[in-house]
Amino acid sequence: MKKVYVNEKWCLGCHLCEYYCAFANSGKSSMIKALKDRHVVPRIRIEERAGISFAVSCRHCTDPLCVKSCISGALSVVDGAVFIDSDKCVGCCSCIMACPYGALSHNENGVIQKCELCQKNEFGVPLCVQGCPNKAIVYEER
Amino acid sequence: MLRYVILGGGTAAAHCIEGIRSVDPDGDIALVGAEPYPFYGRPLISYLLEGKTTREKLLAYRPADFEKKLGVRALRGIRAVSIDAKEHTALLSDGQRLPYDRLCLAVGSSPFVPPTDGLDAVKDKTGFTTLDDALALRAMLGEGRDKRVLIVGAGLIGLKCAEGIHALAASIDVVDLAPRILSTVLPEEPAALVQKHLERAGLRFHLGQSVLRFEGGTAHLSGGETLAFDVLVMAVGVRANTALAQTAGCDVSRGIIVDSACRTSVPDIYAAGDCTVTLDPDTGKPRTLALWPCASVQGETAGCNMAGRETQTGNLIPMNATGFMGLHMISAGSYDGEPLRTHTGDMLKLLYVKDDRLAGFILLGNIDRAGIYTSLVRERTPLSSIDFELIRETPQLMAFSATERAQKLGGVSL
Repeated sequence: MKKVYVNEKWCLGCHLCEYYCAFANSGKSSMIKALKDRHVVPRIRIEERAGISFAVSCRHCTDPLCVKSCISGALSVVDGAVFIDSDKCVGCCSCIMACPYGALSHNENGVIQKCELCQKNEFGVPLCVQGCPNKAIVYEER
Repeated sequence: MLRYVILGGGTAAAHCIEGIRSVDPDGDIALVGAEPYPFYGRPLISYLLEGKTTREKLLAYRPADFEKKLGVRALRGIRAVSIDAKEHTALLSDGQRLPYDRLCLAVGSSPFVPPTDGLDAVKDKTGFTTLDDALALRAMLGEGRDKRVLIVGAGLIGLKCAEGIHALAASIDVVDLAPRILSTVLPEEPAALVQKHLERAGLRFHLGQSVLRFEGGTAHLSGGETLAFDVLVMAVGVRANTALAQTAGCDVSRGIIVDSACRTSVPDIYAAGDCTVTLDPDTGKPRTLALWPCASVQGETAGCNMAGRETQTGNLIPMNATGFMGLHMISAGSYDGEPLRTHTGDMLKLLYVKDDRLAGFILLGNIDRAGIYTSLVRERTPLSSIDFELIRETPQLMAFSATERAQKLGGVSL
C-alpha cells in the first residue's frame, strides 16, 4: 500500500506540511479560516536541529503496537492503514506509550489524533505531501 | 481441518482468533467466555462510571460482526471446568465436551480477597474488575451522591475505581497495606506526587495499614483508626487463574508458564494474557506481566503458532499508561538504582540507565512521545549508539543516526 515517506535531505524545514495537515483535518473551507489566529496541533511534526530537519507522522506499521495497546478498540487497521475512532477513545494514552515514533498526540481539544493519510477527509492524497514544496515528503508504494 | 478451542473472553482471546485467522482461514474455532458479553476492555469500566464512554461503546471493542466474519462459534456465559490433555477435550460447565486439536488458555486473573473478619456480613461490597462489578457498584451508589465509599487497595484497580466514581460518591477513603500508593507501579517520589494530586481532589488515604475487621459499615484499621462507609470496594490485587491449566497438567507457578511462542508445558495447549508467567530476560526468573499490550501480543502469537506459523512474542516488558483526574502517567521497564531526574513545573521525568541501556522510565505530567522511550527499553538500544543527551531532554528521533532515521521515516532498508 501507499505510505508517507520522508527524505530529510530534501526537507527545507519550512513547516508547510504542518499547516497543510492542520488545514486538511480542520473541516474548514480555506487555509485562512483553518489557521488564522488559531492554535493548531498538526498530526505531522517537524523535528529540526543544527541544520537538519524532517517531518514525522504515523508510519502505519505492519504490526502496530499502538493498535495492540488500545484498550477501547478505537485504533484499528483497515487495508494496511491505522485509523482512530475518536468517539471510542477514552484518552488512556496507551498508544502514546507504545508508538516508537511518537506519532500520536493530543489535538488542540485534548483528543488523541494521528495521521490517517487524509483518507477520512476530502483530500484523499495526504495534503502534507501535496503541499511539500521540495518533495521531501512523498506518498508511494515501496 | 484443525479444531481450535479458546478459553477466555478478553483481549488475549480476541487476538488469538485474529492470529489463527491470519494463518488458517478454514479451521473450526470455538470460543468459551465466562462473561455473557462480547469482547470488551476491562480497563474501560472506570471510564464507563466516569461517563467517558458508554456501555454500547465499551462493548464495541471489536465490530459487532467480528465473530460471524471470522467464523467463530462463541459460547458465552459458560466456562471450562477441566481439560483432558490426553483425549484432547475440554469439559464445559454445561456438561458438553469440546474436542480440540489446539487449545488456548486465555482465562485471565481473578481478584484476590484477603480473608477478613466480618467481610461476609458487609452488605454493599464488590470487586472492580468486570463490567458486572461496575454495574453493581453503580447501582450501590445510587443517584444521591451520598454514599461514603471505602476502597481497600491503592493499586491501579483501586485508584481507577476512585477516579471513576469521584463524582458519584460523597467521600472516598482508600486503605492500603503498602506505605505508598501504586506501590507495584511507582517508586516513592512519583507515587507521592500522584497521591497529593488525588488528595487535592478529595481522596483520603490510609497507608501502611490493613483492615483488621469489618463491623457492618465500619472498618477497623490496623493503625487504630475506624472508618465508616456505605459501600466497600475490594481491590487488593489479582491472581492468575491457573486451576484449569493444572487439570491439563500444565506447569504453573504464579501463573501458567509459557515460552516466547506462548506454548505451555503440555503439547497443543497454549496460553496468553494475565493467566501466564513469562521468563524475565534479565533475571531468567518467571514474572507476571498482567498488562493489556502483553496480552494482545501473546494472544496473537499463540494464535499464529496454533495455526502452524512459527511466531515469537519478542521482548515483552512492563509498561503502563494511565492517569488520574487529568494527571497523565506513563512508565515502562524496571527501576533499578538512581534515576536521571528532571522535575519542571508540570512534569517529573525519571530515566533509569543501566549498562548502556535505558532500563526503565517514568513520566508524570507531560507524556508527549513517551513511546520513543518505551522503544529504547523494549529494543534494548545501546545508548552509546544514539545522542542520549538529546533524547534525555525530550523524546525525539533526531537523537538517532541519519541512517536509522532513513530506515524509520524513509522506508529505507539496509
